[in-house]
Amino acid sequence: MRRWLLIGIPYLWLLALFLVPFLIVLKISLSDVALARPPYLPQLDLSAGWEGIKTFFAGLDFDNFVFLTTDDLYWRAYISSVQIAGLATLFTLLVGYPIAYGMAMAPDHWRPTLMLLVILPFWTSFLIRVYSWMGILSSEGLLNQFLLWIGLIDQPLTILNTNVAVYIGIVYTYLPFMILPIYATLEKMDGALLEAAEDLGCSRLTAFWLITIPLSKQGIIAGCFLVFIPTIGEFVIPSLLGGSGTLMIGKILWEEFFNNRDWPVASAVAVVLLLILIVPIILFQRNEQKQREREG
Amino acid sequence: MAPTVFSPWDDPEEKPLIQFTGVTKRFGEFTAIDNLSQDIYAREFFALLGPSGCGKTTMMRMLAGFETPSEGQILIGGQDMAGIPPNKRPVNMMFQSYALFPHLSVWENIAFGLKREGTAKDQIEVRVSEMLRLTRLDRFAKRKPHQISGGQRQRVALARSLAKAPKLLLLDEPLGALDAKLREETQFELMDIQEKTGTTFVIVTHDQEEAMTVASRVAVMDEGRIMQVATPAVIYEQPSSVYVADFIGDVNIIEGAANPGDDGYDITWAEGQPKLHVKTEKSFAPGQKCFLAMRPEKVVISAEEPADAPNRVQGQIIDIAYLGNLSTYHVQLADGTMMKAQIANTRRLSRRSLTWEDRVWLSWTDTAPVLLEG
Repeated sequence: MRRWLLIGIPYLWLLALFLVPFLIVLKISLSDVALARPPYLPQLDLSAGWEGIKTFFAGLDFDNFVFLTTDDLYWRAYISSVQIAGLATLFTLLVGYPIAYGMAMAPDHWRPTLMLLVILPFWTSFLIRVYSWMGILSSEGLLNQFLLWIGLIDQPLTILNTNVAVYIGIVYTYLPFMILPIYATLEKMDGALLEAAEDLGCSRLTAFWLITIPLSKQGIIAGCFLVFIPTIGEFVIPSLLGGSGTLMIGKILWEEFFNNRDWPVASAVAVVLLLILIVPIILFQRNEQKQREREG
Repeated sequence: MAPTVFSPWDDPEEKPLIQFTGVTKRFGEFTAIDNLSQDIYAREFFALLGPSGCGKTTMMRMLAGFETPSEGQILIGGQDMAGIPPNKRPVNMMFQSYALFPHLSVWENIAFGLKREGTAKDQIEVRVSEMLRLTRLDRFAKRKPHQISGGQRQRVALARSLAKAPKLLLLDEPLGALDAKLREETQFELMDIQEKTGTTFVIVTHDQEEAMTVASRVAVMDEGRIMQVATPAVIYEQPSSVYVADFIGDVNIIEGAANPGDDGYDITWAEGQPKLHVKTEKSFAPGQKCFLAMRPEKVVISAEEPADAPNRVQGQIIDIAYLGNLSTYHVQLADGTMMKAQIANTRRLSRRSLTWEDRVWLSWTDTAPVLLEG
């Protein structure tokens, strides 16, 4: 009895905070837009009894999903989101791995400080940090002023409101999610393994490729998913740092919802996004599971 | 022709494989190795023995190339090793933690060094299966390190470090992680493999029994210096200092003053006790402070006073440690000195004649103890 209670609590939590909201979104995505409040039909009218339930279900259809396939804006946005997320994940890995490596190789007494420095940005609001990037990247911003001052350029670069700014924003924001899992795997690595590799004839560099990289594979995979999954649906960074040409599904969703006030289509976009994300999420879970098995 | 005893260190013609000359290693303020010179010969099984922190691991890591000497020179096969990185040395090491690559199978672990050398594929196959056979691991070639037992892991580590047929194999506490029974078996296996492959082994250990069992010569180390280098028998029977005598095995140490007697010395050591006679080739000044070191198994214990023993003292049994095959008697002499005497339990326990509180005689010959300067 007590066991069921223990298991029941997290499931109840999931049910109330994930499954129920999802079912509501799913229901809205199957509804039709209406000039009403809330702005969609049909509504469930329980006072009409069985008839009410029947008319309610008869009113649901897949029109919104069909609509998503007819306008190429949507699938282009999905593809572009995956592309941007994929490339940004790669950049984050290239920046994050050396940092994680440096942290893992640092003397023991330095590590807590370095760890704190990685986590420190979380203490400031994410939104404020993205806004401050606007100040850095704009044509009169700090970066351009600096580059002009050292004479590297004589015309300010246009960085803000381009995809470059989006990449910078994503790499900056999600870097800790890449660093921490990689650091966790590197930190556990036995230093004697590298000595053994050298002893058996490896140079430092080959030892890194043959030992360090494969042994941090789990951390790399985890870090990449932790960056890739939220980046696909990212809305704040493309809308603040990106330009009109930056096509990302999070932005489209926002516009459908708030500008067009078309809740059913916005919900359909969200449901499809979730379906797209299920694959990487499952892969991520399997990676975690594998790692646990290896350690266990 | 009688088989010659393996003792290249006694042959002035023989060239040593490894030469330490005046090697000092400092870590900041701490001196790990203090002006050490030592030769090690080809095909030797050389043991570095000492308590933790005595510098034995540092010596081994300098041979492997993971540490560089602060002063002095290390030659391997006549070549100065200064500036030669670990991956360019004709030396392989078996790590204390084994350091097996967890993402590679047993086969791939053993092949790792050969692949780095660029050995041809079919030759790698041959060599790896040879190593697998030598270490009796044939059945586990495909397993990952976490899928085999501790003893098997130890053998993989050994096979991996032997695969490149190094001139010199370094073993860092190779049996530390094994239980007592397995350790004993593995010691004999190691000796067997060393003999079969003809490789020079240098083993680091803090376990004196292990060093005595496997090694052709043992170097007893303390605080960055080698206290004595000799065969296990010499180390045990003729320790050169009180430190070595005390470190290896069980020993009774009696402090006294040396007085020259007939072909040896008479030691005065305690008020009201007879002088102890010792035969020795060493020379002491009259009245010089000296230490008499004697193994417990060389002390005879008896209830009656022995008639013709050159040395005998009387005491009372305080404690008996029963070890199965042996019993150690702790005997207190009249002046309070505790002595240990060890006897093989050739009779059944019930027929043992001596027991607690018994007054007994301890006796020994005049060649049994070693006389040391301290």
